[in-house]
This record gives sequence, structure tokens and C-alpha cells, in this order.
Amino acid sequence: MDLNDGPEYAAFREEIRAFLVSREADAPAVRGPNDGKARAWQRLLIERGYAARTIPRQYGGGGREPDILKSRILAEEFARAQVSPGLGGQGISMLVPTLLDVGTEAQRMQFIPPTLSGEMVWCQGYSEPGAGSDLASLRTSAVLDGDHWVINGQKIWTSTAHVADWMFCLVRTEPDAPKHRGISFLLFRMDTPGIEVRPLIDMTMRRNFNEVFFTDVRVPKDQIVGKRGEGWKVANVILKNERDSLGDPNQTLTRLNMLIDIMKSETIDGRRLIDDPLWLDRLMRIQGRVMAMRHNDLRVLSSKLNEGQDSSLARMIVKLQGTELRHELEALAIDAMGEVGLAYGANPYVRDNGGWQYWHMYYLGLIIGGGTSQIQKNIVAERGLGMPREPRAGEA
Amino acid sequence: MRFGLSPEQTLFRDSVGRYLRDHSALDRVRRFADRDEKRATDLVAGLVELGVPALLVPEAHGGIGLTALDACVVAEALGYRVAPVAFAANAAMAPTALLLAGSEAQKRDWLPSIADGGMIVGAALSELCGARLGAGVAASGGRLRGKALFVLDFEADAYLVADMDGGLHLARADAPGLSRARLETVDRTRPIGELGFDNVAAEPLPGASMDVCRQVLDIGRTMLAADTLGAAQCMIDRAVVYAGQREQFGRVIGSFQAVKHMCAEMAAHLEPTRASVWYAGHAIAEGSDEAHLVACHLKALLGEVGRFVAKTATEVHGGMGFTDLVGLHYWYKRIGFNRQMLGSPERLRIEAARAQGLAA
Repeated sequence: MDLNDGPEYAAFREEIRAFLVSREADAPAVRGPNDGKARAWQRLLIERGYAARTIPRQYGGGGREPDILKSRILAEEFARAQVSPGLGGQGISMLVPTLLDVGTEAQRMQFIPPTLSGEMVWCQGYSEPGAGSDLASLRTSAVLDGDHWVINGQKIWTSTAHVADWMFCLVRTEPDAPKHRGISFLLFRMDTPGIEVRPLIDMTMRRNFNEVFFTDVRVPKDQIVGKRGEGWKVANVILKNERDSLGDPNQTLTRLNMLIDIMKSETIDGRRLIDDPLWLDRLMRIQGRVMAMRHNDLRVLSSKLNEGQDSSLARMIVKLQGTELRHELEALAIDAMGEVGLAYGANPYVRDNGGWQYWHMYYLGLIIGGGTSQIQKNIVAERGLGMPREPRAGEA
Repeated sequence: MRFGLSPEQTLFRDSVGRYLRDHSALDRVRRFADRDEKRATDLVAGLVELGVPALLVPEAHGGIGLTALDACVVAEALGYRVAPVAFAANAAMAPTALLLAGSEAQKRDWLPSIADGGMIVGAALSELCGARLGAGVAASGGRLRGKALFVLDFEADAYLVADMDGGLHLARADAPGLSRARLETVDRTRPIGELGFDNVAAEPLPGASMDVCRQVLDIGRTMLAADTLGAAQCMIDRAVVYAGQREQFGRVIGSFQAVKHMCAEMAAHLEPTRASVWYAGHAIAEGSDEAHLVACHLKALLGEVGRFVAKTATEVHGGMGFTDLVGLHYWYKRIGFNRQMLGSPERLRIEAARAQGLAA
């Protein structure tokens, strides 16, 4: 057991802290719009190796050697300072690693640099009305017609489709093949004729998602990643990473500290909430669980750094436990504030700009999205504990 | 950065685990529980051979000089097999108290006998975790008066006794004026009892203080939490095996999602506590400022998770889980014991809040 960073990493941490203090004025809002300020900040972070850190320079990245600990220090320090860690989005987090893994050289040169710089914004076309947990049963079709794929069908839960320039999309190209082998991974512009984007307002009353309809959408034949029929494999390169990032205990810790502040500053009958044993007990229950998830996270990180440490089960439970815990944490703030906790929108007593209600609802969305809690439990039981698979339809 | 057990720790865990698998099987545990044996002398001897009570004792005093993290690993192995042997008080709390607060002469006198199994030391600190039934011990002029309840590792040759002012004392079991009464509990794998002190001569540890008592409790609580981790892991393992064999409606019940999800939920709740047990062991070993907070939260959390696993794993076994035949109840009760002793979850959460200045 050795929890020290070591001198090289301690120095790196100091470097980041100094940078964050000296350049704070240049940083855009966290999760703010993709505007000039955000892109200038992104350029600066890439140059210094703080964003797109390990992506080769010829593709517009930072060109640094992979170093899990340095990436972790960056994430921690930007979160601690509450400074934007650069542009996010599914193009950067999902498409870029996919192209690095299985894209052609021409695709990498064409798509990675503008994606990293924020000039090319992506959305992900995976889920369909009839293909949620059972994603591989998707039915949006693409048929080859001369030099073009012709796409027909519908996607749903498409975040950022209304602002995206491009979509990476799973379509069925081999209708006669088994379901996992009939899928291809296509890239196309969102202004291609035949694409219609309709907003899907969620329970937070924000437009976090869209529905996207395709009617005879013609896409050049070479805009495919990987081979025909191998789209499922291509998509799975990154689906696993998506789950890894949901339920991050370090973000939960930031919220926990905000919750403690709320319980110290808010009063009921003139008494601070934290001085009421009932609220204190609920707070401590959550804190103990957050603590355990942070230790679990250290264990998972360590197994990536050191040979021979197995943390597969520890990793498998992160999305399940992390999203449920965060949902409960936000609920505690709402509960403790009583009627004040209801405030959302134009209300002079609203706290955290409505954030407690917003994240409480948003995390219910995340409990469902990215593989529902029930699917996560199937994964834990079958892959983690080795329990028998559910008999498929027709087998039982 | 390296978070986790070293290869040596894994090896040690496996050798203790193998020994217990071979010698502390359910029929051995039953014999202990049914016949009200005082000590399982065969197991005690076997564990001495493996160095278990010598773990935390420095080499200079005849021990192995390992850390609280190594002790966690052993506690987990003992919990996994519901081993009916003294450990938390004898091998962790007593050596810790002696090392933190004992004189050089006391260390010389006591530590080698703990290490070689020649002496077993129980711990009477429950009154520091909330005194019940008017119990409490007062010390004056090297004499103890009063009553200590729920003494851990009760079938001992001597006791580490806390008074109400943060003093710690070592009293021999045969000291004149000391009365002992065993208290039967739901968990028959670990005897506890009551001590009466009628002007009993005892050795005070000169360095004792409330702070030392807190550290002694931290390691004791961490050991009970690690014991629950092991016991709960065993219950999950057994539930998974049972669900893979038992057939109903023409299929093994483990293929039904309802049953699978019960097992997944148990694993999902228990797995993060494993990392926390390691973290707590490490924090205590390093003398970290965080150790007290982590130990409180850890034991509170494992109290809750343990109860959930104990109930759910029993349910997975259906009616058989409820019987003595399968014997799962030994694990269920062991987990219940660990939850109550040295501070219940509610009390520990208040202590955790105090440790951060969030409560008075």
C-alpha cells in the first residue's frame, strides 16, 4: 500500500495548481457554451498537455505519453478549482478514441483535429425507440445504392443533435446476419437532406435529448468506420468507457461538500440543520458511502497502474452504485431544505440555481441511461459472480 | 501509487484462509457453539503457529511486527469461516494499547506472551462506546472498582480495562476481587461477558489517555468491520453456489433475474467496503489523521451492508436458509454481533461527525 504521488507527480500537481491560479480569468464557465472563449481555453489546455493529453500531435492533440496518474491529477485539480477542464462531448470522449483505434489514417486526419478544437461537434446515434437495453436489435437501415448508403429509420435519446455538425451512428446494413453482426458504424453531416431533429424535453424541463428521423438520407460510401457488419465491435470499444465515467465518486464528493455547507447554513425553527441529529445521521450515512466509493475508485485506479491487481468486480459496480448514491445525495439536500427544496426556476429562495432538484432528476436519468441499473445488475451477476445467463426467448 | 494488498499480504491471507478451511469447518464451529467450549484450543494453537496473535507485536518483543492492514486481512479470513477464536481484543486492541501507552517493562512483560499464545487478553472498553445498565469502572490508587459489560474475547487470562477517565489498565483474570460472568448472546462463536471489580489490583498503562483509548477502539472497530466483510463475502459466495444448484420450474433459480439481482445487489454493496477496509488498515498503520473518521464510517457502513447481505443471502437459500441444517445463521449472527459491539452504526456516525467538527 503506497498512496503517495511521488516527487514527479507532486511537482506535476503543483504545476497544475499554479497554472489554474494564474490563468483563472481565461477559463470559460464549467459546462458552458462552445464559444470563442471556450475554444481559446481548449487550445491553451491542449498546448500545455492538459486536454486531449495523449492524442498524437499530428491529430491536434497534446502528444504526451499516457500516464494514468497525471490524467487523474489533472481531473482532480480542475475539479477542485471548479475550472473548466476543456471541451467535452461525445465527439471528444467517444468518437476520437474510436477513430484512433479503428479509423483509417484519412479519417483520423479529417475528423480528429476539428473535433478536438471544438469546430466539429458530434452527436451519437445509437439508441432507438425499439432498441434500448437491447441495443443490438436496432433497426435503422442503411442500404448501399451506388456510391452512397441510404439511411431510413429513427434514433432517440440523442444529446446535442440540435447543435451537432456530425453524427456517428449505428445502422443495420446486413439484415440477414445475426443481430450483432449486421451493424455498421457510419459518420455523416447533420445537414444532410432527409434528417429531421425534434426536441425531446426531459423531466428537468431542459432539452437534454432529441429524436432524430432519417428519410432516404444519402451518405458517401467511404464514411464508414471499420468494416461492413463490424459496427457492434467498433461501438463496444468505447461503450465500456462511457459506463466507467458515470457515477464518478470525485464529482460526488464535490456535491457532498456543497451539501455539508447547505446543512451548516440553512436553518429550521432557527436551528442549523446540521445540529439536528436526524439530518446529521442522514448526512453521515451518505458520507460513509461516498467514502467507500472513493476508496473503491483508488483500487480501480491502482489496478490500472500495477500488474496483477484484479479489480473487475470493483469496476463493474461503479455505474450502478455511483448513480444511485448521487441521486440519493441530491435528494437529501432537497429533503433537508423542506419547502425551500422545491424551488426551481424563478423563486427568490432557490438554492444552487435549482441544482439540487436538477441533479436529482438528472441522475434518475443516468440510473436509466448508459445501461439501466437492472442491466448493470445482470452484468454484475453474470460476469462478476458467474451466475447463469437468462435463457433467451425460445430457449426456455 | 499502489492501493491494495501486497503479494506477501495476499499470501498470508491465503495461508490463514487455507488453515481455517481445513480446521474451522462448520462442524468444528458447531462443536464450539454447542458444547460451550471456553477456548477452541486446537484452533488457537494452529493460529499461533501461523503467527496470528504475534502480528502487531514488534520483533523485539517476540512478534512479527506487521501492521493493522495485515491484521485486517486476518480478521477477514476469520470472519469468512466464523472462526471461534479470540482476535480483535487479544491480537489487535491489547497490543495496540501496550505499544501506545505501556511502559517498557509492561511491553516486555506482556507482549511476548500475547505473541506466543501463552496469554489471551480480552478488552473491556464497551463503556467508552456508550455505558449501559449503569456499568463503568473507576480507578484509584492502582485499584479498580465497578462493572464492565460486554467484554470482548472474554475467555481470557487478563483484561485490558478502560476506566471512565481515559485510563487503561491490565487486570489478571485470577486477581482477587475480580468476578467474571459469561453473557450468552445470539453469536455463539465469540464469548463475551461481564467483569465485576471489587477493589481489584491492576496495572495502569502510564501513557493512557482518551486519545489512546480512541486509537485502541479504532483498530478494534476496524477488525470487527473486516470480520463482517469476510462473513458477508462467505454468505454471498454460498448464495451464488446455492442459486446455481437449486432447481425450480425446470431451471436453476440463479437464472431468474429476481434471484440474480439479489446476488448482484449484495456484491455491489459489499465490494466497495473491501477497499475501505484496506484504506482504514493503512490509515491506522500510518498513524494518519483520517484514521479515526475512516474507522467510524467503515464500521457503521459494514454494519448496514452486513445486515443487508445477511438477510438477503439467507433469503436466496429459501426455507433451507432458515434452518440450523445449513448453518448460515452462524454467519448471520456473527455479522449481527459485529454491528452492535464497540459502537452501533448510529453511534459511530455521531462520532464520525464529531471527528470533523460537525457535531458537538
